[in-house]
Amino acid sequence: MSQKVFEPGISAGRLEADAYAAQFSDLHPPLDPHAALVAADRCYFCHDAPCITACPTDIDIPLFIRQIATGTPDAAAKTILSQNIMGGMCARVCPTEQLCEQACVREEAEGKPVKIGQLQRYATDHLQEQGKHPFERGEATGKRVAVVGAGPAGLSCAHRLAMLGHDVVVHDARPKPGGLNEYGIAAYKTPDGFAQAEVDWLMQIGGITLKNGSALGADITLEGLKADHDAVFLGMGLGGVNALGATGENKAGVLDAVDFIADLRQAGDVAQVPIGRDVVVIGGGMTAIDAAVQAKLLGALNVTLVYRRGRDRMNASVFEQDLAASKGVRIVNHAVPVAVHGNGAVREIEFEYVDADMKGTGQMLRLAADQVFKAIGQTLEGDALPALEGRKIKVDGTGRTSVDGIWAGGDCASGGDDLTVTAVAEGRDAAIDIHMALVG
Amino acid sequence: MADLRSDFVGIKSPNPFWLASAPPTDKEYNVRRAFEAGWGGVVWKTLGIDPPVVNVNGPRYGAIYGADRRLLGLNNIELITDRPLAQNLQEIKSVKRDYPDRAMVVSLMVPCEEEPWKYILPLVEETGADGVELNFGCPHGMSERGMGAAVGQVPEYIEMVTRWVKASTRMPVIVKLTPNIADIRKPAEAALRGGADAVSLINTINSITSVDLDLFAPEPTIDGKGAHGGYCGPAVKPIALNMVAEIARDPGLSQVPISGIGGVTTWRDAAEFMALGAGNVQVCTAVMTYGFKIVQEMISGLSEYLDDKGMTSVDQLVRRAVPNVTDWNQLNLNYVAKAKINEDLCISCGRCFAACEDTSHQAIAMSEDRTFSVIDAECVACNLCVNVCPVENCITMETMAPGTTDPRTGKVVEKEYANWTTHPNNPAATAAE
Repeated sequence: MSQKVFEPGISAGRLEADAYAAQFSDLHPPLDPHAALVAADRCYFCHDAPCITACPTDIDIPLFIRQIATGTPDAAAKTILSQNIMGGMCARVCPTEQLCEQACVREEAEGKPVKIGQLQRYATDHLQEQGKHPFERGEATGKRVAVVGAGPAGLSCAHRLAMLGHDVVVHDARPKPGGLNEYGIAAYKTPDGFAQAEVDWLMQIGGITLKNGSALGADITLEGLKADHDAVFLGMGLGGVNALGATGENKAGVLDAVDFIADLRQAGDVAQVPIGRDVVVIGGGMTAIDAAVQAKLLGALNVTLVYRRGRDRMNASVFEQDLAASKGVRIVNHAVPVAVHGNGAVREIEFEYVDADMKGTGQMLRLAADQVFKAIGQTLEGDALPALEGRKIKVDGTGRTSVDGIWAGGDCASGGDDLTVTAVAEGRDAAIDIHMALVG
Repeated sequence: MADLRSDFVGIKSPNPFWLASAPPTDKEYNVRRAFEAGWGGVVWKTLGIDPPVVNVNGPRYGAIYGADRRLLGLNNIELITDRPLAQNLQEIKSVKRDYPDRAMVVSLMVPCEEEPWKYILPLVEETGADGVELNFGCPHGMSERGMGAAVGQVPEYIEMVTRWVKASTRMPVIVKLTPNIADIRKPAEAALRGGADAVSLINTINSITSVDLDLFAPEPTIDGKGAHGGYCGPAVKPIALNMVAEIARDPGLSQVPISGIGGVTTWRDAAEFMALGAGNVQVCTAVMTYGFKIVQEMISGLSEYLDDKGMTSVDQLVRRAVPNVTDWNQLNLNYVAKAKINEDLCISCGRCFAACEDTSHQAIAMSEDRTFSVIDAECVACNLCVNVCPVENCITMETMAPGTTDPRTGKVVEKEYANWTTHPNNPAATAAE
């Protein structure tokens, strides 16, 4: 064991050089063919299956599992991808324990659902590793659509539009496409460059032009896009991060969890990513868990995740909470940050315990902290956007905004959970509605 | 994409997957659901002469299961349709009108006299149906009344009735054969002599699925008694495949179109029937177990398989395996194989060892650390270890190259083909000169 784990402050390389690969390896190693057949065998092929209902993209799960069971994983992949073009990523990052697998009748019967997520990955990997793209572009319509954001919503929308014969230009502010798949998800959920490989595979449909480094408000305007295209889809996600509301929160070492995750994902060598000995993460969602677990994997000695409500209210699934606990993350509930202490840089962060109604109890907690990662939600950024509902762009069931010719979906739009799979569904459905509006 | 369209004795359907004459095709409601789900055609549940038969009011089905309660075999004591003839005819007409691209074949079973056939055939023709299937196979209830298998077990009756039917209709006539017979070729020959356009097989097999050990009565039990029923489902597939092949490879019967029936559950089952000579397949138990939706897997699977094999239509698959079905005495006795265990895939359950050590040739060695390996000097390549191994492709049969020495016999593996007819141990051997 390296003595560097005890070293105070923020530093890289806390672990032995050869330890990182194992730390950041695939969370769920892929099923081999035998394991896939055994897992597929357990599906009952339910009628009007509860798992399909639970899937935001309505994948015909019993059918694709039957196709795996009968030795046709590529047909299974087509079944999946026809509903969810990012079925490969969703197989890796979906909280299946809250969606399809929670609904599985074998969860009810035996407490052991069919391994739907892993079977989905088995099928999609089988197809994509051969480089096969099972869809063809429809006859050209001559219509041009602009998509803002190359994340799950934008790419899903772009792919469906391209399939339907439209020409699509996708703008994204970042240097690489993929959105949160590339920048916002824990490395151990999507190792080996899968996010970029999936984008490359998706682009095989043709008819999509990617423009990276093209940010709405800076490089392009909504007015301009609208003028130059037959329709516009907004799927740029949430760019801003909420403030803590604690005194001293601008001290060095207080960071946005999304930036930490993005830096880690973009680091060529994770051993070079500096991490504090004592790390505190604030928040209760998937981003908080991803930040806390990865801080631990980088060699932080003490990682504490603090959430203002009880565990049952955390957005992160029980599986994710247990994963964090198993990696040694301490989870503290019912506490809100009140002050960040330190001389220039954070040294300690102080919390007050609150009751179920978020009322202060006067009981305080101080945690040593070299780094504080904020994961308390993100906000929509941008001016001159269509009408909002709350803090997001208001959309109807097919993604139409208050402005004619502009659709929106994914995290930047109202409705649905902030999940990859929900964004994919919203992008797809908006594409179909745009198609109907343009040529229907 | 391979073309799945099927033309069976002039009856066209968008795919070669039909539903067999059985409970799933007894009513308009079911058949419409089947067509919506994608089935290429149906054989409507057997019609008879009014008054309709009556069914029992207790259990009609019994089942046997594999692991995890997977239904492997189903036995039924249901009779032909128990609804009035006119109602069935009206429904057939209505469905065919709305689904003109689907195959609509009507199964028939009337008394073994010419008049009832002359009566019913024009009524069926009037519905617009594409063909008829003669039910000479139902093994329970109807056979006791001189119909169904009672006809199908007597080739002369098959020929006679088929001739009557052909004389009274322009529709293609498919004769459905019972497997409850010693040699399936005899009824097929009789059907051909009678002028049948095709045969379909197999119908269900006489069976008792289980016995209630408290009531001491066969299942399904009706008020303490049970009767034999017709057995179907995945368990009967090997019997059906053999019977299909027996007809397909018979020189006198090789031109008879065959509709394959018997345990078809997946695209693979269908492809196997077709390779052995079936022009299309009929399905029943699988939809009774899983619903009509399974046809989607059959369509995608067969399509992918044909594409992989470079075949562009189903016709290119039909009869593809028939030339390779032969008699035992034609098998190459100079072919030598040995089992091989892949230690990377092996999970060390030891089932191969138990099977070989206790019941076969003591050709598998087991080490202290549970490593299993084949003793080539003992292995006769019987395949039992492959069959009992729970892991796919963990144990394989490796062919020995000609010129190498088989450590079991000490003999050099010969390159030339040689079968039993010329083997020195065969008292009737003919010299290979």
